[in-house]
Amino acid sequence: MIERDQVLHVAKLARLRLSEEEVERMVGELSGILGHVDRIGNLDLEGVEPTSHVVALENVLRADEPRPSLPRDLALSQAPEPQDGAFRAPSPQAE
Amino acid sequence: MAELEPVIGLEIHVQLATKTKMFCGCELSFGDEPNVHTCPVCLAHPGVLPVPNEQAIRYALQIGMALGCEIAPRSIFHRKNYFYPDSPKAYQISQYDIPICGAGRLGEVRIHRAHLEEDAAKMIHVGESGRIHGSGASLVDFNRGGTPLVEIVTEPDLRGAAEAANWARLLRETVRQLGVSDVNMEEGSLRIDANVSVRPAGSEELGTKTELKNMNSFRYLQRGVEAELVRQRELIEAGGTVEQETLHFDPTSGNLTSLRSKEEAHDYRYFPEPDLVPLAPTEEMLREAREALPELPATRIARYEEMGIADNVALSLAADPETADYFERAVAAADGAEPKVVGNWVTGELAAALRLAEVEGGAAASKVSPENIAALAALVQAKKISHGSGKAVLATMVAEGGDPETIVEREGLAQMSDSGELEAIVEQAMADNPGAVEKIRAGNPKAIGAIVGVVMRETKGRADGGEVNRIIQEKL
Amino acid sequence: MSDLLALTALEAHEAMVAGDLDAAEYTAAWRQAAAGDELNAYLWRDEGGEEAGAIAVERDCIAPIAVKDIFCTEGVPTTAGSKILEGYRPPYTSTAVRRLIEAGAPVLGKTNMDEFAMGSSNENSAFGPVLNPWDRERVPGGSSGGSAAVVAGGLAPWAIGTDTGGSIRQPAAFCGIVGLKPTYGAISRYGMIAFASSLDQCGPLTRTVSDAALLLGILQGKDPCDSTSVGLDAGVSLPGREDLSGLRFGVPAELGHDEYDAGVRAVFEATLRKIEDLGGEIAEVSLPSTEHGISAYYVIAPAEASSNLARYDGVRYGVRAGGDGDLIEMYEATRSQGFGAEVKRRIMLGTYALSSGYYEAYYGKAQKVRTRIATDYADAFSNVDFVVTPTAPSVSFKLGEKTDDPLAMYLNDFFTVPMSLAGIPAISIPAGLAEPEGGGKQLPVGFQIAAPAFGEQNLLEAAYALEQGIGFDARPGDANG
Repeated sequence: MIERDQVLHVAKLARLRLSEEEVERMVGELSGILGHVDRIGNLDLEGVEPTSHVVALENVLRADEPRPSLPRDLALSQAPEPQDGAFRAPSPQAE
Repeated sequence: MAELEPVIGLEIHVQLATKTKMFCGCELSFGDEPNVHTCPVCLAHPGVLPVPNEQAIRYALQIGMALGCEIAPRSIFHRKNYFYPDSPKAYQISQYDIPICGAGRLGEVRIHRAHLEEDAAKMIHVGESGRIHGSGASLVDFNRGGTPLVEIVTEPDLRGAAEAANWARLLRETVRQLGVSDVNMEEGSLRIDANVSVRPAGSEELGTKTELKNMNSFRYLQRGVEAELVRQRELIEAGGTVEQETLHFDPTSGNLTSLRSKEEAHDYRYFPEPDLVPLAPTEEMLREAREALPELPATRIARYEEMGIADNVALSLAADPETADYFERAVAAADGAEPKVVGNWVTGELAAALRLAEVEGGAAASKVSPENIAALAALVQAKKISHGSGKAVLATMVAEGGDPETIVEREGLAQMSDSGELEAIVEQAMADNPGAVEKIRAGNPKAIGAIVGVVMRETKGRADGGEVNRIIQEKL
Repeated sequence: MSDLLALTALEAHEAMVAGDLDAAEYTAAWRQAAAGDELNAYLWRDEGGEEAGAIAVERDCIAPIAVKDIFCTEGVPTTAGSKILEGYRPPYTSTAVRRLIEAGAPVLGKTNMDEFAMGSSNENSAFGPVLNPWDRERVPGGSSGGSAAVVAGGLAPWAIGTDTGGSIRQPAAFCGIVGLKPTYGAISRYGMIAFASSLDQCGPLTRTVSDAALLLGILQGKDPCDSTSVGLDAGVSLPGREDLSGLRFGVPAELGHDEYDAGVRAVFEATLRKIEDLGGEIAEVSLPSTEHGISAYYVIAPAEASSNLARYDGVRYGVRAGGDGDLIEMYEATRSQGFGAEVKRRIMLGTYALSSGYYEAYYGKAQKVRTRIATDYADAFSNVDFVVTPTAPSVSFKLGEKTDDPLAMYLNDFFTVPMSLAGIPAISIPAGLAEPEGGGKQLPVGFQIAAPAFGEQNLLEAAYALEQGIGFDARPGDANG
C-alpha cells in the first residue's frame, strides 16, 4: 500500500528520522491503516461539499488595538538556547 | 533564430501599516531590540490560536479596489506548511485557492490576485563566514514575525526590464497614496520578486521562468531583470535550456547566483486553516473601503494622457497629488494655453525655478498661483514673449508673486512683434559679422548661433529664436 | 474526612455557599487524597501551602479540580504527556483553566494522558501508563485516562479533559463515570494544546450528570482569543428532569452490523428498556455514513495533527536534541527523540494525507464524508431527540493487550468518532457492569447519548433522568465477579 521510499520521503517532509526498524514497522502499520482508510475512496461523494469549517461563523475579527507583549525575559525563558536576546538555532546545511 | 521576447511577472509583498500584527495584538515596530514585541501567539507556543486584525482586512480591500480587483464574497485562510526557524508554527497562515482579491488591472498590467498573509520573523546569521550557507547559527528575532502582508501577483504582462521597473513604481505610488503601507523598499515594507522568462516573439506559450528575489530598489530590479534576460538569451542561443530556479542579483558585481537548488521544491501541503473562519466582507466594509480610496495615480494618468500630456509628465504629476491638483486648477484657468504646455511649465520650468530659489512645499505652496502659471504659459505659447523671457518672468513670480502681464509690461519683455524692426537688426548683425556669415554659407550650420546670439543681445532676449533663424536663412 | 470526599462537587459547592463547609478544609482533604495517587494519574500536583500556590484562586466555593496536562497553566509544568515538552512551563494560562480559577476552583494537579491526546488507553504517555482504579492491570481508557482515573479513583472530585474522537467519553465509560463532549465551539480552545483543531473540545469528567452541568456552566463561553468559539447562548442550568416521557431516542440501524462485546450489548439493551420504563420512546434511525467515521477521522485528525505538531522543533521551547548538527539534524533529532511511536505514526499518516498528489484522495474525501455524517445526524434529529449507542465496543482491556495493532486500537473509537466529526454534543454515563470477553471481574459499561448541536441542556436533562433511573452505584474495589 505504502512503499518504503514513500515512507522515507514523508519522514523527511515531517522532519522525523526513523531507524531502519522503525521504517520497516511504519511500512506495515501505515499500509494497514491506509488499507482501512482507503474505503472512503470507493464512495460516491459527487456534489458533497467538504466541511472545511465546523462552526457557521464568518468575519470573527479583532480590533487593531495593541495588547501588552511578553516581557522579553519571559519570552526567552523557555528557549533551549537564548543568545543576545534572541533564539539561537543551527544554520541550514552548507549547500 | 527567432527573436526572443521577455515575459515578466511580478510578485509584490506589501507590509501593512497597521498598529498590530496580523493575528495577535503585539505592536508593529521597526528597529527595536529583538523579541520585545512577542507573545505566546506569535511565538507559536502550544495551544495558541490566531485572531485576524480587522484593519488589515480593510487595508487589503482598499488595495484590491485600487487595483480594480474582484473582491471575493467569501475567502478563507490556508496553512502553508514548511519548517524554518523564522516560521514559528512551521506553517504560515496565508490564502491559497480562495483569496480575498481576484483579477484586476493597473495600467497596462493585469493583476492575477492579491491575498493576505503573515510575515516571517527575522533571522540574523552568526558564525564564521556570516553567510547563510556557511557554518554557524541563526539568531531569530520574532518582532517582525506576524506582520500583516498583502501579496500581489501580476500576470506575466511585462515585456521589458525598464517597463517592469516603471510599472513597479506606479504600483508603489498607488499603494502609497492609499496610506496603507510605508512601501519602503530599503526598509522591507515593499518587497518585489520578478518571474522572468523568454519565448520566441509571437509565441503564446510560456518559457521556463526563473525567480529573482529581494531586489531592494527599482534600479536594482531593472538591472537584475536585464541581467537575467541576457543570461537566458545567451543560454538559449548556445543551445541550452533554462532551468527553474531562484536567483539573487548582486548589483555590485552584476552577478546572478542561484539561491536554491531545484530539487528543493517545497511541498507546502496546503489545507484550509481550521482555527480561522471565512472572511465575507460586508456591504458596509466594502462601502467604507471604496470611500477611503483617493483618486489613484492610474486614473489620473489616464485622464492626463487624454488631455495630451506625455507619459512621463503624467506619471510625475500622478506621483504628487498636490502638484497634480495645482496643475488641474491651472488648466481650468488657462485661456488659450494647451494642457500639454501648462503641464510642461508646471513640471519643468516651475519645478526647476522653485528648486533654484529653494522654495519648499512644491507649486501649491509657492507664490505662483495656478492662474498665473497658466497665463504665463499662454503668453509664451502665443509667442507674445519668448521662452527665455518667460523664464525671467517666472523667476520674478517665484520671488514676488504677481501676474505675468504686469511683469512683462513693467520689464519691457514683450516679444519683438515688428518683423521689420527685427529684420533690420538681423541685417545689421550679419553685416557686423561677415566671418560668421561666410562660415554659414560654407555649410557650417553652427555658425548661425553667433549671429543669433548677437541679435538676442540686441533685442534683450525679446526676439523669437526661430524667427531670427528664418530671417538669417532668407538673407543668405 | 471521607465524608467530605464523598460529596459530589455540586453538594460541596452548595455546602460552601451555605457556609456549612469550609473551603480550605475541603481543598486540603482533596490535596491529601491526591497525594495518595498509586495509579500514575497525576503528572504534577499542587501541594498547597505557602511556597506553592502556583495557581492563585479568587473566589473559593468551587470544588478543587484535576486538569488534563494538555491545558497550559502559567508557570506550571505542562507536558501534553510528551517528552518533547518535558520541563516546559507555559508563559500563559488556557482560557478553560482561567475560567475555573476565576470561579474559585483550586487546581489539584495536572493529569496524565496519551501523548498529545493520541490514544485510547493512556498507554502512549511518555511518563508511564495510568492504571484503571477498577482493575490495576487494565487501562483507564484515553486519551484523558488520568482525568478519568482520578475521578473514579477518589483522587479528585471532578476533572476536565479533552475529546477529539472520544477521549473524554471512552475513558469515562471504562472508569464508570460521566464524561461529556460539548458541541464544537461551546468551550474555548485557547491554551488547549492542539491535536486536531477542527475536532478538539474541552469537557467535564465527573461522578454525576449534575456535576457535569455545573462544570460545563463554568467553562462554556465565547472567547475573543478563539475565533472558532461560540459558547452556549442560553447558558447551562442544573438538570432536574424526572422522567423521559415525550422524548424519542434513536438507535442506529448500523449497530446491527457492528461487532461489540456481548456484555456491552446486554447493558446497552437493558438501558434501552430502562428508557422505555421512564417513558421514553425507542426508534430506529439510519446513519449510513457513520460506517466510514473511523476512516474519515483517521485522515482528518492526523492531518491536522501533523501540522499542529510541527511547531515542536526545538527552537523556542521544549526539549532540543542534536543541537551540534545543522538545522535539519537538530529538527530530526529533537522530534525523533521527543515524540513517541503513536505520535510519529499519526504525523506520518497526516503528512502523507496532505502531501502533493494525495490531498484530494484523502483529506478532500474525508472532509466530504464528514459532511455526510453531519447530514445523517441532522436528518435523524428531525425524527428523534437523541441518538444512543454504547460508548465503547468493550469494557476496559488489559495493559498491553492492544498496543501491537494500531488499527485495532483505532477501532475502539468506532462509536464516539462520528459525533466528533459532526461537531455535536455527546455524553457517556455509566449504565451497568459486564464481564470482559475472556471472563473476569465485572467492569463498567458506558451508555452514550448524542444530541443536536447546542442541545446541551436537553442532553443533560435526559442524561440526568436516565442516570437517576439506572441508579448506578458500583464503585471500584467492590467485590464482584
